[in-house]
Amino acid sequence: MSGHESTYVAKSRFAKFMDDRLPIARMMHGQFVDFPTPRNLNYMWTFGGILMFCLVTQLVTGIVLAMHYVPSAKDAFDSVEAIRRDVNYGWLIRNIHAVGASMFFLAVYLHIFRGLYYGSYKAPREVLWILGVFIYLAMMATAFLGYTLVWGQMSFWGATVITNFFSAIPVVGTKVTEWLWGGYAVTGVTLNRFFALHYLLPFVITGLVVLHIWALHVAGQNNPTGLDVKSKMDTLPMTPYAVMKDIFALAVFVTLFVWFVFFVPDYLGHADNYNEANALVTPPHIVPEWYFLPFYAILRAVPSKLGGVLLMFAAVAILAFVSWLDTSRVRSTKYRPIYRWFFWLFTFTCLALGYLGSKPAEGWYVVWSQIFTAYYFLHFLVVMPVVGLIETPKKLPRSIAESVLGANYGGGAGAMAGATAAPEKR
Amino acid sequence: MASHEHDPTNRRDFLTMAGLGFAAVGGAATLWPFVHQMNPDASTQALASVEIDVKGVKEGQAITVMWRGKPVFIRNRTKAEIEQAAKVQIAELRDDRARNDKLPDATTATDANRVVKGRENWLVLVGVCTHLGCVPKGQSLSDAKGDFGGWFCPCHGSHYDMSGRIRKGPAPRNLEVPPYEFVGDSKIKIG
Repeated sequence: MSGHESTYVAKSRFAKFMDDRLPIARMMHGQFVDFPTPRNLNYMWTFGGILMFCLVTQLVTGIVLAMHYVPSAKDAFDSVEAIRRDVNYGWLIRNIHAVGASMFFLAVYLHIFRGLYYGSYKAPREVLWILGVFIYLAMMATAFLGYTLVWGQMSFWGATVITNFFSAIPVVGTKVTEWLWGGYAVTGVTLNRFFALHYLLPFVITGLVVLHIWALHVAGQNNPTGLDVKSKMDTLPMTPYAVMKDIFALAVFVTLFVWFVFFVPDYLGHADNYNEANALVTPPHIVPEWYFLPFYAILRAVPSKLGGVLLMFAAVAILAFVSWLDTSRVRSTKYRPIYRWFFWLFTFTCLALGYLGSKPAEGWYVVWSQIFTAYYFLHFLVVMPVVGLIETPKKLPRSIAESVLGANYGGGAGAMAGATAAPEKR
Repeated sequence: MASHEHDPTNRRDFLTMAGLGFAAVGGAATLWPFVHQMNPDASTQALASVEIDVKGVKEGQAITVMWRGKPVFIRNRTKAEIEQAAKVQIAELRDDRARNDKLPDATTATDANRVVKGRENWLVLVGVCTHLGCVPKGQSLSDAKGDFGGWFCPCHGSHYDMSGRIRKGPAPRNLEVPPYEFVGDSKIKIG
């Protein structure tokens, strides 16, 4: 947190030498060892660390895959198959990378909904939240570009449909799309540049993550009560308290991860992507990867091309404004008796849109897509501002410490007792 | 009038502005090659025309060829199909422009404006849905052809008629008629 001083002590002569010249150990100690974390953080706060793990996993496996992958229309599909069959442990590394993309999105969605539930976007964390929206956008772009590289039928037609979003721009749309393609359709030229960009964007994400963590460590973490940290009693050092919890949650997460990798590596993919790209035949039913389905449903809910594309981009962009759309005086939905219902309705809406996005765009599916799309936007534009104004929040605890230790925790002795109490106990 | 010393715009301001202006122009000029390199290159543009022999395409049949990396539909329409396409009123159409690359933008989308005069049986279209770029179904006899008997895009449900005009669904425009001409009796040159 801003104002927090590192308690780092340089012990060896080398450490002292470095501490006077590049005090990186002092900074890391201050930010990740004795950094004060709210003592009431629950398991929903472990996804930051899990996401860091996902990013590193994708970077490491991705760099290895790039050593074997050939970004040309002629060889791309075969080289991916060769990685799976011929390259030593290629099957493992490719499966980790492919499943890793899904796990990355699973974690980021839980992280985003955690933020929405506990009001982590509210002052003073607006910039932190907006950086998060940028990271999410960059993740979407990276995932899309990466999926194209496989050069199967879904890769090719997904790339065609998504790049065609830009052709909806009035006047210059076609020119912009041809500029993206480097031709008059998606071709090997497009694949080659997508490969370059797919390699570039993760480093952009890494840079944004550094800013995200920086902003987090200036404002300090939010917590389940949404209260500000008021005294030393409210916090515990990050190591070991928060770190231990992160490690346990990561272990559970990785168990699920490797289950997919070893037992059902293709479950989250699409069978059509094992057919090589063919510019003359569109698969009968194009669907994106599961993590894009809600947005795909919004795109198809609108019977106009430009309207559908605009609404779909708006569905992501609107997240950047929630800090100002939410008028509530309290952060945490735990203390908001009315908004709580709307929060879960919104969660249901996103899941429903995901389901509808996987169905063909006909009949009742379209009608329901339109209903849920309407609520998606109403939630941000009407529910968030209005409910915040009319709702009377439930009584908040006086402090974070009180929410954990009860109203009658003592002074000095309580500090000792608190240090041993389980942080998740409320 | 203010004296020279108090003039808010002095020589230094001018030099700063001029310097920044030059830097901006120079920056933009340097940026342009890095933007333009992504546009279709010389070899891609060189492939911009193809010749197709359509002798073997019988009445009621259609073939698909590649032109600039896109599928092009060439259909030999039956008399009934031509009549059906010709009697559609402009007011019934979702997009009233001909979208024929050889004709001016404002041309109306009559069937006659989407074919070559005297060769009305031949319909030549870029086989790319004007919604999000899928290839519509309708080329082979067993395909679903949509509610208007022409083509049907399975991606997001756009229906095209026997002249390749959009009639229903999210696509905003009629299928594009590429620039083409007949060279000899049975050869079509596209591009």
